Amino acid sequence: MSEQVTGAKSLVMSLERAGVDVMFGIPGGAILPAYDPIFDSSIRHILVRHEQGAGHAATGYAQATGRVGVCIATSGPGATNLVTPLADAHMDSVPIVAITGQVPSAAIGTDAFQEADIRGVTMPVTKHNYLITDPADIPEAIAEAFYIAGTGRPGPVLVDIAKDALQKMTTFAWPKQRALAGYRLQLDAENEAIRDAARLIAESKKPVLYVGGGIIKSNATKELFALAELTGAPVVTTLMARGAFPDSHPLHLGMPGMHGTVAAVTALQKADLLITLGARFDDRVTGKLSTFAVNAKVIHADIDPAEIGKNRFADVALIGDLKRNIIALIPALKDEFAKEKPDLSPWWKQMGGLRQTYPLGYDHPTDGLSPQYVIERIGAISGPDSIYCAGVGQHQMWASQFIKYENPRTWLNSGGLGTMGYAVPAAMGAKVGMPDTTVWAIDGDGCFQMTNQELVTCAINKIPIKVAIINNESLGMVRQWQTLFYSSRYSNTDLHSKRIPDFVKLADAMGCVGLRCESKEDVDATIKEAMSINDAPVVIDFGVHRDAMVWPMVAAGTSNDEIMIAREMAPDWGSQEL
Amino acid sequence: MAIHTLSVLVENSPGVLARVAALFSRRGYNIDSLAVGPTEDPKISRMTIVLNLEGHALDQVSAQLFKLINVIGIQEMRADESYERELLLVKVAKKDANLSSVVATYGAQIVDDGETPIIEAVAESDQLEALLKDLSSYKVIELVQSGVIALEKGKMTLSDRVRLETGLSNPEDPNSADALTADYQN
Repeated sequence: MSEQVTGAKSLVMSLERAGVDVMFGIPGGAILPAYDPIFDSSIRHILVRHEQGAGHAATGYAQATGRVGVCIATSGPGATNLVTPLADAHMDSVPIVAITGQVPSAAIGTDAFQEADIRGVTMPVTKHNYLITDPADIPEAIAEAFYIAGTGRPGPVLVDIAKDALQKMTTFAWPKQRALAGYRLQLDAENEAIRDAARLIAESKKPVLYVGGGIIKSNATKELFALAELTGAPVVTTLMARGAFPDSHPLHLGMPGMHGTVAAVTALQKADLLITLGARFDDRVTGKLSTFAVNAKVIHADIDPAEIGKNRFADVALIGDLKRNIIALIPALKDEFAKEKPDLSPWWKQMGGLRQTYPLGYDHPTDGLSPQYVIERIGAISGPDSIYCAGVGQHQMWASQFIKYENPRTWLNSGGLGTMGYAVPAAMGAKVGMPDTTVWAIDGDGCFQMTNQELVTCAINKIPIKVAIINNESLGMVRQWQTLFYSSRYSNTDLHSKRIPDFVKLADAMGCVGLRCESKEDVDATIKEAMSINDAPVVIDFGVHRDAMVWPMVAAGTSNDEIMIAREMAPDWGSQEL
Repeated sequence: MAIHTLSVLVENSPGVLARVAALFSRRGYNIDSLAVGPTEDPKISRMTIVLNLEGHALDQVSAQLFKLINVIGIQEMRADESYERELLLVKVAKKDANLSSVVATYGAQIVDDGETPIIEAVAESDQLEALLKDLSSYKVIELVQSGVIALEKGKMTLSDRVRLETGLSNPEDPNSADALTADYQN
């Protein structure tokens, strides 16, 4: 007979057995029984200041390390505060497990104190979720949750546990066998599909490797590198895939999409073949879908069968793990190339020309600091081995454009949901997972004011992240749209945050080092000063020019063909025979 | 637009109907009818879902449905290869000597022969529609109709198909080795 333990103890033993080394959370009434055995556990628990911070920290941890991130909260408001990070992780396919307390099973459905039907609430924003009322079910639910979160297309799983199930006695028994009849992974594409894909690539005169975040999730960056060099085709990396392929590589055309490079956007538009690897034809990449890459055939490689044909018809579908399928594709492609290898030099002449003519760039304003310059210098000084997290908005796009990424898992952001406030807690989670790596949060003044309370958590728990606030005193991206589409009527986008709050004092009050920089001459020195501080979090308030805009831009709902390189300025297609 | 009937095997667990309903609502799929009930295996329920869809959408609906962890298997029930039925109970305001022959034409029966008779009919949708038309002179005062249920003709069952198409073997068979028995050691 196994030892009798409480459900709470069984939960903690299950988490230890699942390999959890750290979790982020806040206790409360319904989850309280679990916090007693957590006190004695080998698992490091980081007490955050808001549950949303716990969720994004778990996400940052997972994105930086590739392991499953864990957050824990109580019932009701604790659980509902996790909804945004769960939705965020769901959209960006990040493996996290959320543990929530629930009111005692007898009280479920009675509108009890701090009761929320979090299983019902999170159904559409999780990969799967559980409500556990019997302590005997805890180990199996935890084992399944970690397995589901981390395999296939990764995603968030929530396990909601009634308080009485945590209090009752049970025996801990880790399940030996999986009983998930409805969860079946297809890892390898059919041989015929691999051959078809190889044939399409060998026939293509204008191929593009359209690389999405799946490459990073599948740990397939080496395989992608080999495939790219074998084909010699242009590579574009989406917002979720920055770092999947080195920015310094001559085959790389940069990021496609709404704020992509002219070369990357045009390559997709004019291609005769899209070799789509772990990307999902998001509207921010395709622009107006009916005008997207109209002459291209599509190879779509993805582990999620529901992505095939969702937005764009696939001529060949490679369903399965990207790493395994690229490994299978390479010899098939070599066989095809042995017969005939297409000459891509006319295609490269066009795309290389666009890359040269329309590089990413920005102006230095006469009366202020250029935000792009600040971000570019952070990337240059901290280097490609650092991790960069961004919030959402202009600073996010500039951080994607002007930091040069060479390695996977060094660029973390909220791509799908576009969650303002993601950066600080995600950077905290990334730093906890990668303590020897420099971790920057590139944040906006708007985003920063949503979740900066986690700097207190960082200061107290010795998590020395570095935060660069790109302070343009406004909700910059919204302001940009107001400039372009609403006759410069700046309705409710002025945050007046030049000195209110005083971010330097705020940083100091939260136990961080606060620095300020408002001129170009001081940028390098300020960044270097921040780099020299490793025993406390650092916050730099960069006061920047507020009228800077993100270019290029494809306006929402329009065709990628209408890309603008500056306000009312289209690329000069005259010399381009496309 | 085209009508499709899907049979879906799901784990008999709490919340599974809500998951399916939430998926259809979120993705904007229109359900014409839905019937849920037990199967030969007490751990498994079967949903029959009738959908009105365009073009490639059926593949997309199936793929999205299959992403639900509790969904075990999906099969389209094609009209010529399956047997479909709906149950109709209808209460009419009056009766006459002719009612039983009207009802008999449709293989239906009067199950409560009171002042306001209740008629039970089991048939395909268009037959039920025709019956209701014929009953209009008796003034229908209350009506309830089940969703469509369907079974594939022939020896093959949906559970067999799930096992065959997915490589899953019969969990009752102790000699079968497959994904079901993979362990959590890693």
